[in-house]
Amino acid sequence: MAGPGGDMQWCFSQVKGAIDDDVAEADIISTVEFNHTGELLATGDKGGRVVIFQQEIENKNLPQFRSEYNVYSTFQSHEPEFDYLKSLEIEEKINKIRWLPQKNAAQFLLSTNDKTIKLWKISERDKRPEGYNLKEEDGRYKDPNSITSLRVPVLIPMDLMVEASPRRVFANAHTYHINSISVNSDEETYLSADDLRINLWNLEITDRSFNIVDIKPANMEELTEVITAAEFHPHQCNTFVYSSSKGTIRLCDMRASALCDKQSKLFEEPEDPSNRSFFSEIISSISDVKFSHNGRYMMTRDYLSVKIWDLNMESRPVETYQVHEYLRSKLCSLYENDCIFDKFECCWNGNDTVVMTGSYNNFFRMFDRGQRRDVTLEASRENSKPMQVLKPRKVCAGGKRKKDEISVDSLDFNKKILHTAWHPQDNIIAVATTNNLYIFQDKVN
Amino acid sequence: MAGADGDDSLYPIAVLIDELRNEDVQLRLNSIKKLSTIALALGVERTRTELLPFLTDTIYDEDEVLLALAEQLGNFTMLVGGPEYVHCLLPPLESLATVEETVVRDKAVESLRKISQEHSPVDLEVHFEPLVKRLASGDWFTSRTSACGLFSVCYPRVSSTVKAEIRQHFRTLCSDDTPMVRRAAASKLGEFAKVLELDYVKSDIISLFTALASDEQDSVRLLAVEACVSIATLLPQEDLETLVMPTLRQAAEDKSWRVRYMVADKFSELQKAVGPEITKNDLVPAFQNLLKDCEAEVRAAAANKVKEFCENLPEDSREQIIMTHILPCVKELVSDTNQHVKSALASVIMGLSTILGKDNTIEHLLPLFLAQLKDECPEVRLNIISNLDCVNEVIGIRQLSQSLLPAIVELAEDAKWRVRLAIIEYMPLLAGQLGVEFFDEKLNTLCMAWLIDHVYAIREAATCNLMKLVEKFGAEWAQNTIVPKVLGMANDPNYLHRMTTLFCINALSEACGQDITTKQMLPVVLKMSTDQVANVRFNVAKSLQKIGPVIDSSALQTEVKPVLEKLATDTDMDVKYFAQEAISVLVLA
Repeated sequence: MAGPGGDMQWCFSQVKGAIDDDVAEADIISTVEFNHTGELLATGDKGGRVVIFQQEIENKNLPQFRSEYNVYSTFQSHEPEFDYLKSLEIEEKINKIRWLPQKNAAQFLLSTNDKTIKLWKISERDKRPEGYNLKEEDGRYKDPNSITSLRVPVLIPMDLMVEASPRRVFANAHTYHINSISVNSDEETYLSADDLRINLWNLEITDRSFNIVDIKPANMEELTEVITAAEFHPHQCNTFVYSSSKGTIRLCDMRASALCDKQSKLFEEPEDPSNRSFFSEIISSISDVKFSHNGRYMMTRDYLSVKIWDLNMESRPVETYQVHEYLRSKLCSLYENDCIFDKFECCWNGNDTVVMTGSYNNFFRMFDRGQRRDVTLEASRENSKPMQVLKPRKVCAGGKRKKDEISVDSLDFNKKILHTAWHPQDNIIAVATTNNLYIFQDKVN
Repeated sequence: MAGADGDDSLYPIAVLIDELRNEDVQLRLNSIKKLSTIALALGVERTRTELLPFLTDTIYDEDEVLLALAEQLGNFTMLVGGPEYVHCLLPPLESLATVEETVVRDKAVESLRKISQEHSPVDLEVHFEPLVKRLASGDWFTSRTSACGLFSVCYPRVSSTVKAEIRQHFRTLCSDDTPMVRRAAASKLGEFAKVLELDYVKSDIISLFTALASDEQDSVRLLAVEACVSIATLLPQEDLETLVMPTLRQAAEDKSWRVRYMVADKFSELQKAVGPEITKNDLVPAFQNLLKDCEAEVRAAAANKVKEFCENLPEDSREQIIMTHILPCVKELVSDTNQHVKSALASVIMGLSTILGKDNTIEHLLPLFLAQLKDECPEVRLNIISNLDCVNEVIGIRQLSQSLLPAIVELAEDAKWRVRLAIIEYMPLLAGQLGVEFFDEKLNTLCMAWLIDHVYAIREAATCNLMKLVEKFGAEWAQNTIVPKVLGMANDPNYLHRMTTLFCINALSEACGQDITTKQMLPVVLKMSTDQVANVRFNVAKSLQKIGPVIDSSALQTEVKPVLEKLATDTDMDVKYFAQEAISVLVLA
């Protein structure tokens, strides 16, 4: 049994979240993101909360007992709001979280809902001041006449306290729903993208942003495509890409002009006429785009596949992986239950050799690029014993069903894995099912 | 001093100290701002041993508190015992120099720079320089960026061994992994070059400058342009060509528009720094290219510099360069597709007339002015009109008045009230330039029409405009042209217009003087005291209070007093209030 990366096997490490099947809407996980060292893992949910997990540093010498992630800080990032001018409810759901490169002992992250981006500082405090002049330590006031000398407070150690404080609020720049935020490698700016526009912000300035892409047609009836995701290049500060609902990816160079309406590269795969159907356009819509860590490739996810593009070749992807090709015959019912509009995300492993993305029935897929091997794994309570090895799953598309295979018809489309994240260096992955966060790691032989 | 009441004097200080850790930010801020009072009460010894260690650890606080703290510590030298102990201030400032908030870090660096001057040369090497080194080799980029601002203050005052170390640290930071640090180093490069010996400028700074100017990140490259100005000023003319110009040429043609924008934005400074010869040979073509750049932001920045650039051209060839090289580009910009470019040009183009003289202005510039006066974008027209004085000096305004008038009328009636507001603000200037006759004939009606504009801000500005016109043209002119029209509005059926009469009277009374105010304005105001609208009546009370000091005292007693007394018994609360206020201010009770 070979998994991605040779004989690597994945085993269960932890599961977070409530066990009961009765899922509260607010608890549904809406985004998962490791920080740049992998020491912290953040999740956002539909209730506007951000939960940060920290990897315990004990057991560093015993790799087989790799340390677990424990809750480090939980805070309410966004609250539900109402736009009175447009009579619109603004959900508190966290659409994206992005960590900033570390700049001092504190950690910083950006979180966004549909309209407003916030910069949060997560810092530790382990000292507190002691000593008052006018009152006792327990708060009782002293007689003012008893003061004969001044006392300067001193700092004494206390139990570690983690604080999350909002540092900046970037609001009022998006008419449509924000789908992406991405921090620039210049560490000074970031972009935010909604359905029709992309804005560029300075991390320190909240009262203005620059519009760098605007695809809104003068007449909204001529609207044919929307922006679905956008990301900055990991090293080149002038380069960013955005994907569209038509399945194209545009790469823009901010050096060329202030408004990047003309892309410098357009990545588009010619359509296969044999696969043409009523659903072609819907399933070709790109739900996520991610640059590889080395900056040479980018990966896109559409409804049925994951594609890897070489930035130097615009005509077609260099690799294409089918995520759940067996659903092609089911598109009609997936259209009827709206599943066809699900936005699956995708991620790279630390050295860009394996990619991962989610599917239905709490399945997630990994594709080993070098060995051209793939595997389907399942995040479920049933195999959640410590260090239990995950068994690869197989879906049977029609014909005879072998033992251990699952029929397409018995897949549960309500259990979907949209959000996954890979530790930036190690083989540790975080997989979000509806309201649970599973953490798996490779089995060290 | 001490004694029985010693406790009493301690109490306020005790409160201040306790509030250093109050939960309310405002109270903490208040205490930090009075830190010197606390330090004074504690004495130098306890300030050093107790207060400063406490402050060093309070970097958890809100930005505004930290900012205030960073500022206070820059003025703390005497409070810790004078220059001998000034190094005690370094630990708290060092921790402030590493916080993530840029404003706080910058303030901490500013204070560190300030107190570095109070260090003796020995202390500088024993205490200050090690701090700079610690910051420069800190783990986080925040401390390394702060270090960049401190090299130049210690360099001139340390031994040559330490100088070599400082140069090495600066070199390291210029090639830091983090773009934030390279940006900080690039922005301090010019300042550091100024304190270096010329030989090191040539050997060290130039190579750093060249490296930063070709950094992979354009946000770093654009900062090198700024350093270029300082470096060019330091070098002898003969070295500029080989050491600076290749980099500058490269920057002016950089692939990134932001770098070219920076070159355009700093063009006047660059021009002064490189001198007339290089300007003629290199900068003129570079400037032409910037004026024709494909990016509108760059063209706008260059257009802004047209006048300054032309002014600073060497006198012997100025006219020839402008006529053959600059003017053709300027002509194209007049019909640019981008309105920001056109409006940037419009704000400076009039200035060229003084440089080119009467004949050239009439032949070459006048058509451009006229074209811009007809531009579709109001901002372009406004910018031309606001700079009329330059042309007036050279060719007289009559040349323009034919086109000027329609442009003004159109702006005066623009649908956007902000445009109307802008043109009103230029009216006194225009009146001065055009003279009283032209004004009466063509513009007076506009000024009166604004008084009944449906936007309050316009009516208000129009009132203020009348006052400025009266100051310019005198009371007699006011009596003949403005006052009758203003007073006529007192019978208008719209109460807003009737109130405008009152507002005008408020504004004009002083400029018109006692005679006009008492004889013509006062009767109208008094008559309006029986207006059926309460808003008008209480504005009558306010007007009487305002013009009271201008009218003669007998009229005040016999005419104003009875009216105000009557208004003070009005059924409306506001009318009563303002009438009573007027009575007490004018001392009529």
